[in-house]
Amino acid sequence: MSGDVILSLTDVVKHFPVQSGSIRRNKDVVHAVDGVTLEVRHGETLGLVGETGCGKSTLARCITRLFDLTSGQIVFDGKDISTLKARDMRPLRREMQMIFQDPYSSLNPRKTVGSIIGEPFVIHGLEREKDARKRAVQRLMELVGLNPEHYNRFPAEFSGGQRQRIGLARALALKPKLIVCDEPVSALDVSIQAQVLNLLADLQSQLGLTYIFISHDLSVVRHVSDRVALMYLGKIAELSPSEDLYEKPRHPYANALLSAVPTPDPAEAAKKKKIILVGDVPSPVHPPSGCRFHPRCPKAQQLCVDEDPELVARAGDQPSHLTACHFPVKSAEELITATPQIAEHERIVEPEAVSAETVSELIEKGAP
Amino acid sequence: MSLTGTPIQAPLEEQPAGVDAAAANPKIEGRSTWQLAWARLRRDRAAVISAVVILIIILVAIFAPVFATITGHGVNEQFRTTGLNPEGLPVAPGKTFLLGTDDQGRDLLVRLAYGSRVSLEVGVLATLLTVAVGAVLGLAAGYLGGIVDTIVARLVDLVLSLPYLLFAISLVSISHPGMRIVIIVIVVFGWAAVARIIRGQVLSIREKEFIEAARSLGASSWRIMFVEILPNVMAQLIVYATLLIPVSIVAEASLSFLGLGIPPPTADWGQMLAEAESIYQQAWWFIVFPGAALLITTLAFNILGDGVRDALDPRIDRL
Repeated sequence: MSGDVILSLTDVVKHFPVQSGSIRRNKDVVHAVDGVTLEVRHGETLGLVGETGCGKSTLARCITRLFDLTSGQIVFDGKDISTLKARDMRPLRREMQMIFQDPYSSLNPRKTVGSIIGEPFVIHGLEREKDARKRAVQRLMELVGLNPEHYNRFPAEFSGGQRQRIGLARALALKPKLIVCDEPVSALDVSIQAQVLNLLADLQSQLGLTYIFISHDLSVVRHVSDRVALMYLGKIAELSPSEDLYEKPRHPYANALLSAVPTPDPAEAAKKKKIILVGDVPSPVHPPSGCRFHPRCPKAQQLCVDEDPELVARAGDQPSHLTACHFPVKSAEELITATPQIAEHERIVEPEAVSAETVSELIEKGAP
Repeated sequence: MSLTGTPIQAPLEEQPAGVDAAAANPKIEGRSTWQLAWARLRRDRAAVISAVVILIIILVAIFAPVFATITGHGVNEQFRTTGLNPEGLPVAPGKTFLLGTDDQGRDLLVRLAYGSRVSLEVGVLATLLTVAVGAVLGLAAGYLGGIVDTIVARLVDLVLSLPYLLFAISLVSISHPGMRIVIIVIVVFGWAAVARIIRGQVLSIREKEFIEAARSLGASSWRIMFVEILPNVMAQLIVYATLLIPVSIVAEASLSFLGLGIPPPTADWGQMLAEAESIYQQAWWFIVFPGAALLITTLAFNILGDGVRDALDPRIDRL
C-alpha cells in the first residue's frame, strides 16, 4: 500500500497561549503539539492514537491548516503549506478534507442536506448550474449509501450514522486525495461504527484515498490503519506499522496502554497482567523535562530526565518501527516488576485511587 | 465487536437508493423550524388577535386617503367654522367629526389615520436598520474576535452609557427635524443591544464543528458569517425585531411629543399628544384617541412579539 509521500510534517509545533488575569499576559503556553515529525504515504491509512488531551486533534487541525502553526513545516503534495494564508490555502483545500467527530454539530442545522453536501461546489465555483449541482450531490449521496431522495431534508431528521455519511459525502465532493478523520466513529454506536468504518475502507479502495485516522480507540485504529502513531503529551511516542505496534510495543507507554485493552475471553483476561501507571498525565502547560513520560515510566533513569529521546528505529527493530525511548521494552521483559532509577521527587506519586484512573478511563472509552 | 479485516459491502441504514422505493412510500415532508414555529404561532390566540389588529392598522395606514375622501376632510384642512366652537375650542365627536377635532379645527379621525403612516414607517424602518446594523456588528465581533470585537464592545458600552434623551435632543438640534433624524436616533441607540445579543450567540455557534467544516472547505469569513451563522441567529433576530417595533414607535412619538420629531403640520401621534396637552381638560377626545391608537399599536406588536418568541423558543428549537 505504501507509495510516495503525500504529506510530511517536520517538527510541527503548536502552542496555545494561556491568558490569565485582566491584563493579557501571554506568559504560559499549552504545549498542545510539541515537535511532531511524520510522513504519510499515498493510499495508506495512518492511525493517530492517544489519550484525551494528547494533541491529536490539534495536530489534525494543524495539518488542515485550521490552526496556524507555531513552528515547523508541513509539506502537502510537494507544496509547503505551513505558512500559507487562508486565500492561498483555498485551492489546496480541494485536495485535503476533514471529517469531524460530532455528527450532531458538524452539520449546519439550518441547511438542507443537499445544500450542505453542495456547499463545496459553491465555494469552489464548481457545478455552477443548479441542476448539475443537484445531480452531483445526489451521486455523492448514493456513493456514501444515503437515499438521494432525501436531498431536501434537514440534518435533524437523520441518525448519527447517516449524519456521519453526510459529512463524508461533503468531504468527498471535491475529490480530495487526503482525508483527515478526527474521531469519525467515536460518537457512534458500535454497530454503526462498523458500517462507517467499512464504508471508509470501501471508498479508500474505490477512490484511492489516503486517510489520517484519529481515535482514542486502540482496537478501531488497529483495524483500519496500515501504520500507527501513538501520541503522548504533544509528541509521538511510537510510530510503526500497525501489527508491529500491537504485537511488539517498544515504548513503555505503549505497553501500558495495550495491557489495558480488555480481552473478551475471561480466562485470557485473568492471565493478562495490567501495567498500572502511576499518576496522571502531566499538565501540557509545564511538560516534564527530557522524556515526557519519565515521571510515570517504570523504567525511567537519569538519562530520561535529562534528555528527550529521539523518534528513531531502536536496536533490533525494523527501520519502519520508530520509538522515542532511551530504554525500549524488550519482548520478554516484565515491565510490571521494573522500578524507576531516578530521584524520588522526579516521579509523580499520587494516591492509589488516582493511579489507575487515567488508564481505566481509557479502557472505558477505548476498546469495546 | 468483531471487526473483520476485509471491507464488506457497507450495510445501508436506509433503503438502497432507488426511485422505486421512494415512489412506493408516500412522501413525508420534513418540516423546517419555520414551519413548526408558524404552526405554534397560529395556535396562540393572543398572538393571532394582535396580528389581526396590526393588519387593521396597516390597512388604515395604507388607506388613510380613503378616510379623507369619505369624510371630505383633508388631513391638514382647518374647519374654523364647523370644527371649532364659538369659544375657539375643538368640537366633540359627533356626526360631522366622528372622533372630534383638534385645536386647529382639523378632523381627528383623518389625522389619526395619517399619523399611523408615520408610526409604522418609523417603527419598521428604524427596526430594520437597527437589526441590520446590530446583526452585522454582532456577527463581526463574535466571529472575527480580536480587535474587531474590542472595538465593537467598547462602542456598545459607549452607546449604552449615553443618556438617551440628552443625546437625542442634541442630535436633533444640530440637524433638520424630520423622519430621517428620528430614525437615525433610534438606530444609534438601538443597535448596541442587538449587537450584544448576536455576539453572544455567535460566540457559542462559532465553536460548532460545522464552522470548522466550512473553514476546511475553504469558505471565506464573509461566507461563514452570513451563510453559516446568520441563519442560526435568525430566530433571535426576528424575535428582537418584533419587540423593537413598538419601542421604535414609542421613541418616535416621544421625540415628536418633545417637538424633536416630525415637524408640523404632518399628522403624527406623538405630536398630537403634545398639542392636546394644554387643552385636554376641555377636549378629552383630543388626548384619548391618539393615546389609545399608540397604546393599541404598541400593545399589539408587543403581544405578537411575545408570541413569536414563544413560537421560536430555543428550548424547543434545538440547535
